[in-house]
Amino acid sequence: MPQPLNYLNETASQTAGPYVHIGLIPAMAGFDIFEKNFSNVLVSPNTKGERITLEGKVLDGTGTPLRDVLLEIWQANAAGRYNHPADRSAGAPDDEFRGWGRAGSDFESGLVTFETIKPGAITDRTGRKCAPHVNLWIVARGINIGLNTRLYFSDEEAANAADPVLNLIEQPVRRKTLIATRSERAGKIVYSFTINLQGPEETVFFDV
Amino acid sequence: MNAQAPALRDPRLNRPEPLTPPLGDGGFFQRDRAIHPPAHAPGYKSSVLRSPRQSLLSLENSISEITGPVFGHNDLGPLDNDLIRNYAKDGDPVGERIIVHGRVLDETGRGVPNTLVEFWQANAGGRYRHKKDTYLAPIDPNFGGCGRALTDDTGYYYFRTVKPGPYPWRNYVNSWRPAHIHFSVFGSGFAQRLITQMYFEGDPLIPVCPILTTIPDKDALDRLVAPLDLNASTPFDSLAYRFDIVLRGQRSTYFENRTAGN
Repeated sequence: MPQPLNYLNETASQTAGPYVHIGLIPAMAGFDIFEKNFSNVLVSPNTKGERITLEGKVLDGTGTPLRDVLLEIWQANAAGRYNHPADRSAGAPDDEFRGWGRAGSDFESGLVTFETIKPGAITDRTGRKCAPHVNLWIVARGINIGLNTRLYFSDEEAANAADPVLNLIEQPVRRKTLIATRSERAGKIVYSFTINLQGPEETVFFDV
Repeated sequence: MNAQAPALRDPRLNRPEPLTPPLGDGGFFQRDRAIHPPAHAPGYKSSVLRSPRQSLLSLENSISEITGPVFGHNDLGPLDNDLIRNYAKDGDPVGERIIVHGRVLDETGRGVPNTLVEFWQANAGGRYRHKKDTYLAPIDPNFGGCGRALTDDTGYYYFRTVKPGPYPWRNYVNSWRPAHIHFSVFGSGFAQRLITQMYFEGDPLIPVCPILTTIPDKDALDRLVAPLDLNASTPFDSLAYRFDIVLRGQRSTYFENRTAGN
C-alpha cells in the first residue's frame, strides 16, 4: 500500500433555496436586522473609475425571468487590479473599492442591478492581457450548485477578440452570450445582460 | 446514516502536515463534480428548468478566480453570531437552544482564516421570516433567523440559535424538508464560493428529502449531517452541534516556467 494522501473532500453544495434573502439580503426578505448590510452598490464617492450600472435578468428554460435569484459579482478596479493580496500586478490599488457586491432580483420583474465601475483590463500573472470583465456567480432555488460566468463589455471589441477566455469558447456565437451591451440612459451608462439558463442562446457557464 | 464522522476530533490530529506550502496561491484543486448534486436533478423539480444543458467550460484558474472579496470585523456587528439575541424584541425566541460550531477547512486540512460565514434558517416551528413564506406555522416575534461570523486564525467559527423545525414544501404533495441551516462561505478566492445546508444527526426526514438526495455520493451526503457534540454544549443552557465545512484546496506554484530569453 502506498502512503495515504489524506486530502479532505469539498463539502457538497446545496441549493440556496427560495429564502436566500433572509441570510444574505434580509431587507429583501422584509426585515431589518444587521447594523451593516452588503448590497448591490460597489462604489463610494471616492472610488476611482467610470460609473456604470449593470442591469440584467436570468431566464429559465421557458424564457421566464427568475424572480428569486441572487447574483454576486467580483471584479477588478478601474486600473485592472483586484483588491486581494494575491493580485500583485502593476495596477494601482483602490482602497475605496472592494470589488464585490450582491443583488437579489426584483420579486416582480426579475430585474437585477449593480452600481459599480467599469473594471480595467487585467494582466494575468503569466503576462497575458485579459479584456475587462466582471465575474458573476448565480444561486437560486432549483440551482444545485452556484453557476459561474463572466460579463464582458460591448465597447471593448478589440480586447474581447483577443481575450484568452472568450477564445476558449469553440463557437463564436456562444461568446456573445457573455457580452453586456452598453447604452446611455438619462446620463447614466448602463450595460445590459441576459443570462439564459437553457435554450439555443444558453449562456456559457464555467467550471472554475 | 453516519453523521459527519471525523467531525468530533480536530482533523489535524490524524493528519500529516499540510501538503502544500503556506503561501500557495496557484489555482484551486479541480472540483470533484461527482460529490456535488448535478444541475439537472429531476427529483428536485425546480432544477429542471433552471439547469444548464451545455457542458460547463473548464477554466484554468486565472487571477479572477484565485482572488475574492476580503471581509473584516468592521463588516459585522457584535450580535451577528447570536441568533437568540440579534432580533429579540421582548424575550428569547421559542425553541431548543443550540450552539453550532466547527471549522472551515480546505482540502489539505488547513483552516481557512478570517473568512465570512453566513447562515439562515426557519424558526422552531419551521417558518421563515420572509415575505414569500406562507406556511401556517407562526412567525416568532423574537427570531430573525440569520447571522454571520468571521472565522478566527484557525478557521473556527461558532454561533448560537434555536433548532429550526421541519416544514412542508411544494415538490411532491407531501414533501418535507428536514431541519436544516443554510450556510454561505467565501474562502480566499471566488472559485471557492459555496452555499450548502447543514442537517441534524438522527433526523428521519434526511433520507427522504428530494433536495438532500440530489447528492449522488453517500459519504458527501453524510458530511452535511452535524453530530450532537455534548462536549461543546453548555450545561443547563444549550446543546451543541458540530459542523465542519471543507472548501477547495489550492495548488502552489513551485517553479516559474518561462520561455528561454524571457
